[in-house]
Amino acid sequence: MATPRLYVMIPTDADTVVVGAREIKSRFSSEIGAQGLSDQIKVIETGSFGPSNAGVIAAVQPDGVVYGNLTPESVGEIVREHFCKGRICGRFLLPREYPPTVEQATDARHTQAAGRIVLDNCGRIDPDSIEEYIATDGYEALGRALTEMTPPQVVETVREAGLRGRGGAGFPTGLKWSFCAPVQADRKFVICNADEGEPGTFKDRLIMEGDPHKVIEGMALCGYAIGASEGYVYIRGEYRLSVERMRKAIEDARAMGLLGKGIFGTDFDFDIEIKLGAGAYVCGEETALIESMEGRRGVPRLKPPFPASCGYLGKPTNVNNVETLATVPAIVRNGAAWFRGFGTENTPGTKVYTIIGHVRRPGLIEVSAGVTLREIIDEYAGGMSSGTFKMAQLGGTAGDVLGPEMLDVPMDYDAMQKVGHVLGSGAILVMNQTVEVADFLDSCMRFFRHESCGSCNPCRNGLQVLGEIVGRLKKKNAYPGDIELMEEVCMTLKSAAFCPLGQSPASPLMSALRYFRPELAAAVDPRRERPRTQRVRLDLVELAV
Amino acid sequence: MSNPTTEAGCGNALFAELGEFIEGQSKGRDALIPILHKAQDLFGFLPVDVQEFVAAKMGLPVGEVYGVVTFYHYFTMQPRGRHTVNVCLGTACYVRGAQKVVEALTEELGVKMGETTPDRRFSLTTQRCFGACGLAPVIMVNDDVHGRVTPKKVAAILARYE
Repeated sequence: MATPRLYVMIPTDADTVVVGAREIKSRFSSEIGAQGLSDQIKVIETGSFGPSNAGVIAAVQPDGVVYGNLTPESVGEIVREHFCKGRICGRFLLPREYPPTVEQATDARHTQAAGRIVLDNCGRIDPDSIEEYIATDGYEALGRALTEMTPPQVVETVREAGLRGRGGAGFPTGLKWSFCAPVQADRKFVICNADEGEPGTFKDRLIMEGDPHKVIEGMALCGYAIGASEGYVYIRGEYRLSVERMRKAIEDARAMGLLGKGIFGTDFDFDIEIKLGAGAYVCGEETALIESMEGRRGVPRLKPPFPASCGYLGKPTNVNNVETLATVPAIVRNGAAWFRGFGTENTPGTKVYTIIGHVRRPGLIEVSAGVTLREIIDEYAGGMSSGTFKMAQLGGTAGDVLGPEMLDVPMDYDAMQKVGHVLGSGAILVMNQTVEVADFLDSCMRFFRHESCGSCNPCRNGLQVLGEIVGRLKKKNAYPGDIELMEEVCMTLKSAAFCPLGQSPASPLMSALRYFRPELAAAVDPRRERPRTQRVRLDLVELAV
Repeated sequence: MSNPTTEAGCGNALFAELGEFIEGQSKGRDALIPILHKAQDLFGFLPVDVQEFVAAKMGLPVGEVYGVVTFYHYFTMQPRGRHTVNVCLGTACYVRGAQKVVEALTEELGVKMGETTPDRRFSLTTQRCFGACGLAPVIMVNDDVHGRVTPKKVAAILARYE
């Protein structure tokens, strides 16, 4: 077959499949066939481009044309006009407001800001084709590391690059690797944490669906750096397409000798297996994840010992988030200095966000660390879809609520910390003035109560108390003293809960109080008297504090 | 109470298949969750006799297996309907009205959350985030994602599943 002159790239992720991406894809194939162009134009399923409310999207390469909101009828017209006659169908184009993708940069600033490291291939290559990944410099970093670098040099490169864990906590990745690397053991493990359970976060899913080989290459590099030859990807059972794509990618890499024994003719062995999660939020915590992999209830372990010395099956284990691992190949390929050219001093590189809620263009974006929330909402998400900005929650349900006064703080780990907030895993939920704070908090608390594993007392009982208080605030019949009690219980949870799940409900609650105390205080009914049973509980809580 | 798995009429063949699958797994404890995934795929749910079977085959106390089954939301001890309706209650869906969708579904199906209709046509469950927040509120029927669901659309969506 001759080299095709055009490629039609159709993203098939959960958002586009639901509006008929697969039907549009077969329609393209049949229309192209009917015109006798099958050997000139190739139709490819690919990963998400980012926008998630633009219907079925198709990018035509190398023309750099992106069509949106496609219907079966528009497909026929595009094939006849664009593919046969070379006339771009203006009325089906994705509106100019839809950038910033690499193809559609509107101005120089966006081009720079849209410099993608993790998502550079998403939507541009066929994720099921290892050849296309290799054609975009894929596995080059692994080849170079294995043949030209020693494992400590790889660790040092990642450390110098200043990469920080993208799962939420922002722990320096190079440092984490350097804990695990020197430990001597007969078996060591690399685990890719793909148990993405934070409500509102779906970046890892789209990375795995759009560019699975990048994750595999990152894991192999990590394996080489720390001296591990076995890797596991722990994926949520619900992420069917991610599992399929990762499974295919692992098989293809094996067939090419990029996984398995003696990779690139060296004596480095590395292979990857997929483990399915079974739906437990707490399993995103690394020791709970390891417990789950070992076939137990996913209850977090006491630390130390840390997984670096005693993890999966009691062996040294390094656990990293999907996005973190997917960033590693570019760092090894281009060097630490290149990576530091993006982002800020303390948070180099880019960050992938999922932006949702009351914005005009919800979806997936990758921006330089340090861009402000206002820029993200206005330039990347097209502004508010309706109403005015009231608050945003960063990093999913366990994240902080930000009021309007935080719109201009640079979004990097340290700048956020300075103003008393945490950047989190990469979800941004934007809310307008129609959302009531107590109502929103109630939904957060329901989630935590449901997900608490029940292992430690502060979390199990504290969440119950907090849930009741927030429920009363929502109904605007809170008892006098409820807000103070809420603060106390939050502090108890923060200091006494065993794992991050129990500590994190304090984040949305306390930050909401910081910005919206008057609104919440208005929900207290001063005439109400706390019933006797409640008073008993109050005493107990006070004792606990 | 009659045994729900043998009531289904194909108990023995399924147990044989599950037994074969267990033989093919590594002998360690870490095989338990993959085995339970397989068992639920086969039986549709994990009743006590299936758990006992797994425990015996793996040399584990039944209580340990039960502990794992009840910990994870994906595993269920209740028989499921032919179709599973999953409502996302993630924050994005919630602020966009998922609770109203839940009310519409419970009314339409006449069952509460976590229950199955008497004709075993639908099971109704909730889930944390599906990761399709751009389409909130979202429900999933089996493996199909339905986005921007409103209480009015619920009946039409359900009608597609017999």
